[in-house]
Amino acid sequence: MTGPLLTVAGLTRLYGARVGCRDVSFELWPGEVMGIVGESGSGKTTLLNCLSARLEPSTGHVVYDTRDDGPIDIYAMSEPRRRLLMRTDWGIVHQNPRDGLRMGVSAGANVGERLMAVGARHYGEIRAQADEWLRKVEIEPERIDDLPLTFSGGMLQRLQIARNLVTHPRLVFMDEPTGGLDVSVQARLLDLLRRLVTDLGLAAIVVTHDLAVARLLAHRLMVMRRGEVVETGLTDQVLDDPHHPYTQLLVSSVLQP
Amino acid sequence: MIRVEALSKTYVLHTQGGIEIPVFADAEMSVDAGECVALHGPSGSGKSTLLRCLYGNCKPDGGAIRIRHGDDLVDIAAAAPRVVLDVRRRTLGYVSQFLRAIPRVPALDVVAEPLRALGLPVEAARARAGDLLARLRIPERLWTLAPATFSGGEQQRVNIARGFAANHPILLLDEPTASLDQKNREVVIELIAEAKAAGTALVGVFHDDEVREAVSTRIHLMQG
Amino acid sequence: MTTASGYNFAYLDEQTKRMIRRAILKAVAIPGYQVPFGSREMPLPYGWGTGGIQVTAAVIGPDDRLKVIDQGADDTTNAVSIRRFFARTAGVATTERTTAATVIQTRHRIPETPLTEGQILVYQVPIPEPLRWLEPRETETRRMHALADYGAMHVKLYEDIARYGRIATTYDYPVLVNDRYLMRPSPIPKFDNPKMDMSPALQLFGAGREKRIYAVPPYTKVRSLDFKDHPFAVQSWDRPCELCGATDSFLDEVVTDDRGGRMFVCSDTDHCGTRRDAAQEAAE
Repeated sequence: MTGPLLTVAGLTRLYGARVGCRDVSFELWPGEVMGIVGESGSGKTTLLNCLSARLEPSTGHVVYDTRDDGPIDIYAMSEPRRRLLMRTDWGIVHQNPRDGLRMGVSAGANVGERLMAVGARHYGEIRAQADEWLRKVEIEPERIDDLPLTFSGGMLQRLQIARNLVTHPRLVFMDEPTGGLDVSVQARLLDLLRRLVTDLGLAAIVVTHDLAVARLLAHRLMVMRRGEVVETGLTDQVLDDPHHPYTQLLVSSVLQP
Repeated sequence: MIRVEALSKTYVLHTQGGIEIPVFADAEMSVDAGECVALHGPSGSGKSTLLRCLYGNCKPDGGAIRIRHGDDLVDIAAAAPRVVLDVRRRTLGYVSQFLRAIPRVPALDVVAEPLRALGLPVEAARARAGDLLARLRIPERLWTLAPATFSGGEQQRVNIARGFAANHPILLLDEPTASLDQKNREVVIELIAEAKAAGTALVGVFHDDEVREAVSTRIHLMQG
Repeated sequence: MTTASGYNFAYLDEQTKRMIRRAILKAVAIPGYQVPFGSREMPLPYGWGTGGIQVTAAVIGPDDRLKVIDQGADDTTNAVSIRRFFARTAGVATTERTTAATVIQTRHRIPETPLTEGQILVYQVPIPEPLRWLEPRETETRRMHALADYGAMHVKLYEDIARYGRIATTYDYPVLVNDRYLMRPSPIPKFDNPKMDMSPALQLFGAGREKRIYAVPPYTKVRSLDFKDHPFAVQSWDRPCELCGATDSFLDEVVTDDRGGRMFVCSDTDHCGTRRDAAQEAAE
């Protein structure tokens, strides 16, 4: 029996006197997708950054079950080790794909970079993998040598996903992965994400303010308000039977088309 | 298969000044394999809420819901989300009133999904899904389309097919025949009879007296 | 040539030279690592070899014999003026012979004649940071060096192959020094890269505008990056030098008239001249 992939205990991040997020604790198991919902400024992104080794928490622990050495606090790791973890066993999907891609190099190089970063030195094999991943995210392989500058917003986001998944991570962090996309493009991306997450058995933490996105992708939800977790539970239970006043307000504020 | 103990549920509507709506208190129920228990009572008596509590979709305020899950007995009211999801995957099927259509996923795959989740190969899962859709008279030309554009009755039948696909040991039915015509109602009655014969424990809310009488082995009365 | 009066030996004051020597010592101790130094204003514009000149000024002594080349030639404006600069401010002897020189300052070439122990090769460097093209932040490139986090460097080579079918980078070709630091060899042709590997000479690199000094000590491993299925290879020509007949040197294309006439000759003028003299002697 394996344990949780990520164990978070008493995580607090302060900005001076202001609270980014306070006293967050949870466990994420392999293959589990957790959504973090809440309005802008509720601390979702601060929490995501703390969880994904990009922002050191003021107090508390983030322990990851590494492949080789079992559970280790990610902020107690050496920096090279943390970097290696972030580009092999983890993926980070930014809201703006431009933050996660190299816009000046081809789509193929964007996908192949993580492979090269962990020591792949065979051009033919790197290219074959890039080709395979472009297909998986529904980008025509003919575009492999095109610059991302020529891609649409939806394609960019799919390219960013391919770039992250090429090393077969076990945990992916996503910050508003469908933000800023047209509704039809968003639907395609969500379907793709849902399929990849299921097929690859990925664990994921998805920050979103869109409850429909949360319902589609997440197994369970964490509702945040003013830096604190106010409600957690199974996704459909939290959305269909919200208990906390703030969650009820969020759910009742969604416009039905 | 199911044992409900001292279950109580009150909705608190914080957005409307904290109004409290008590639904039920100290509810008790037990369902065995091969039974089909019909929840019956006036509207507002909490039939749907109880059903949703059994599925883990609704969080009760007190009491326990013990579900036979493989060799374990799991309290759905207190279990961690991933445990509830595992119970739903292997033990607990649910036919809701409305289909929550996912963009771009074709009807055949919507129905096959619970089987895929159990590890069945895609071809076998689709074959079983096709059989069910055919029985429920969904024309084959619709199978490859996403159900979002289907009529209410068609969506409901896709939903029923999905619920019955995996032959779960427990099946919850929330007004499964609400928007169906006579012929399709008969198919659903057949499906329920087959499930009972196979030892499935069923709990349902049946709006239609005729259907309720045809399928239920026992009536569980609920007070308004 | 007369020595200019009123200047300290080799133009820079002694404190500055000490500061530069300390930077050089550190650079030699950590092969390939870029050491920041307080680059001075020199009496020539950035891009003309201000970094190289400061390094040369710091290491040269009265007994040294200086050779300066620009693209392999001793007789181009830049080479001539830097040579004259040191002749005037330090009164040192100068030469065009690679074998006779103790200090060689170079822009964009390594001499064809193999260097020997005791010689110092000083490179003029425009942009020292090999990771700059992919990471604009200095804090981040420093961290990448600290962690030897160089995998992304292959992205550039990947792009070359994807676009041209081969690694099309022909000069300033990135190398890994002593299996540790990634280094830009300055814009020498990749033809010269193998000469850096295990060279008996001390190689010093000075970037004046960017204020960085780095070094490859004698007998240090210098490996050019490549892919298994696209190994590093140097340029070759399908013709010999039209002046000396050399088949193994780096050739420049020289336009000889305005009617499309052109010839290929050694870029290293000393190497070419020496070979022609030897051939003539043998003929006589």
